[in-house]
Amino acid sequence: MYSEKVMDHFSNPRNVGEIVNPDGVGEIGNAKCGDIMKMYLKIENNIIVDAKFKTFGCGAAIATSSMSTELIIGKTVDEALSITNKSVAEALDGLPPAKMHCSNLAEEAIRSAIEDYKRKNGLLEDGDGCIACGRRCDDIHHHEDED
Amino acid sequence: MDKKIIYMDHSATTPVDSQVLDEMLPYFTKNYGNPSSIYSIGRESKKAIEDARERVAKAVFAQPREIFFTGSGTEADNWAVKGVAYSNKNKGNHIITTTIEHHAVMHACQYLESDGFEVTYLPVDENGLVSPEQVLEAIKPNTILISIMFANNEIGTIQPIGEIGKIARDKGIYFHTDAVQAIGNIPINVSELNVDLLSISAHKFYGPKGIGALYIRKGVKITSFIHGGAQERGRRASTENVAGIVGLGKAIEIATLNIDDYNKKLIELRDRTIFEIMKKIPFVRLNGHQHKRLPGNVNFSFEFIEGESLLLMLDMKGIAASSGSACTSGSLDPSHVLLSIGLPHEIAHGSLRLSFGKDNTHEDIDQLMKELPVIVERLREMSPLYEKVKRGN
Ligand SMILES: Cc1ncc(COP(=O)(O)O)c(C=O)c1O
Repeated sequence: MYSEKVMDHFSNPRNVGEIVNPDGVGEIGNAKCGDIMKMYLKIENNIIVDAKFKTFGCGAAIATSSMSTELIIGKTVDEALSITNKSVAEALDGLPPAKMHCSNLAEEAIRSAIEDYKRKNGLLEDGDGCIACGRRCDDIHHHEDED
Repeated sequence: MDKKIIYMDHSATTPVDSQVLDEMLPYFTKNYGNPSSIYSIGRESKKAIEDARERVAKAVFAQPREIFFTGSGTEADNWAVKGVAYSNKNKGNHIITTTIEHHAVMHACQYLESDGFEVTYLPVDENGLVSPEQVLEAIKPNTILISIMFANNEIGTIQPIGEIGKIARDKGIYFHTDAVQAIGNIPINVSELNVDLLSISAHKFYGPKGIGALYIRKGVKITSFIHGGAQERGRRASTENVAGIVGLGKAIEIATLNIDDYNKKLIELRDRTIFEIMKKIPFVRLNGHQHKRLPGNVNFSFEFIEGESLLLMLDMKGIAASSGSACTSGSLDPSHVLLSIGLPHEIAHGSLRLSFGKDNTHEDIDQLMKELPVIVERLREMSPLYEKVKRGN
């Protein structure tokens, strides 16, 4: 059911781990829903020079975490913010419909880590706040067809 | 497939035994006659069905006339629950079952609720057991059916079916048990156990998929649902799946004949696996009762990791198993069985079920115990939950 790319990123995840003294950290999801993604960023001159993750979750959750770190390393903060759940899923040659919420998780984890970076550096603008807070299991869609 | 797979998912399904297949094959090609036809190859098919019916009856100590073939275990469950409910609604509309039934019973009960029936779902204890006292207390004047599974497909817990049967008989209430996981693992005598209806599915004991049976004690009032021809004495229409029925008959004969040796072997593999997992892997929880469990069933929760990831990594090492995590159940929540025994969602997500069968060996367990601790550790190293535990907060 998973693409080869997903299986590759799941079995050899890139950038697993933590960064000591990170410039931004974001944690999204909760254990009750079955997935948590924690993203660490190292940012220099507005460029993401390193990213690491830790994830509790299914194969798709681990693969999207891994792929999203690859997508943002070397990018500017604004470029990273323009990454969407769709672009993460596409980079993995697609995800099964029931697993699309995992790619939301990746997008939100990136945003949350960048928000943390901005907050720490006094860069938060009005309207930037609370990108992914208050997420509940009910917001996740596991079902393929809910009609 | 070039790599040997170590199959540890016999509760999901089993391979068809070669002796079973041998008996089935002629009914696809040479003996293809319709059992309702009067010429010789039709009569031969009829005979084969009646022989199989006798074998099934013998396996559970019933009369052949009390065995009805169905298209699956699911159909047998649906027929038993809904058939008894609709046929007895002049007597009452209350049904007693548990919170850990297979979906075939559970969703049939939920359907009945939407049609005016009242269902009591008895909770289970932390090991997955219901007590006879709970059943007794739940009985009301309008109770018409008690449906409680013999052995659970996920955590393997075996219920006190004999004691519940006695209560049901004393109170004059019909008693159905889903014995799909029990056949071939637990000796069953429907008379001694006071069971009125019992569901069977061939593919759980080395028979083919898509064939089951329902034992209906003589005299039980039950509506039919598959209307059509006069097959199965007019109670379940449709041209019989002759090869499937033959396969079911042969498989149940082998399964009940060898039950003691089979059990002894499985219990040895099971208890060894449980012991070694507890010894070698920290932060684990055994789900289900320590002893009152299916001989081949092992079910553990591994904290801080998620079940689907665990299954994928085991699969990469050639080990086939299953889990009750939401990601594998295809729904929002982890398995209703694991939640019913009181597991928090996050622990239920990290469950692994291993179910052993006749081809598993101690070498398979060696291999499992070589891979599993490494995989669990690897996933934990990736988990932000484990990081918190290691830091001590
Ligand atoms: C306890 C139990 N009941 C019913 C079923 C359904 O049987 P079948 O797959 O033949 O429909 C299964 C197996 O899936 C089961 O484990």
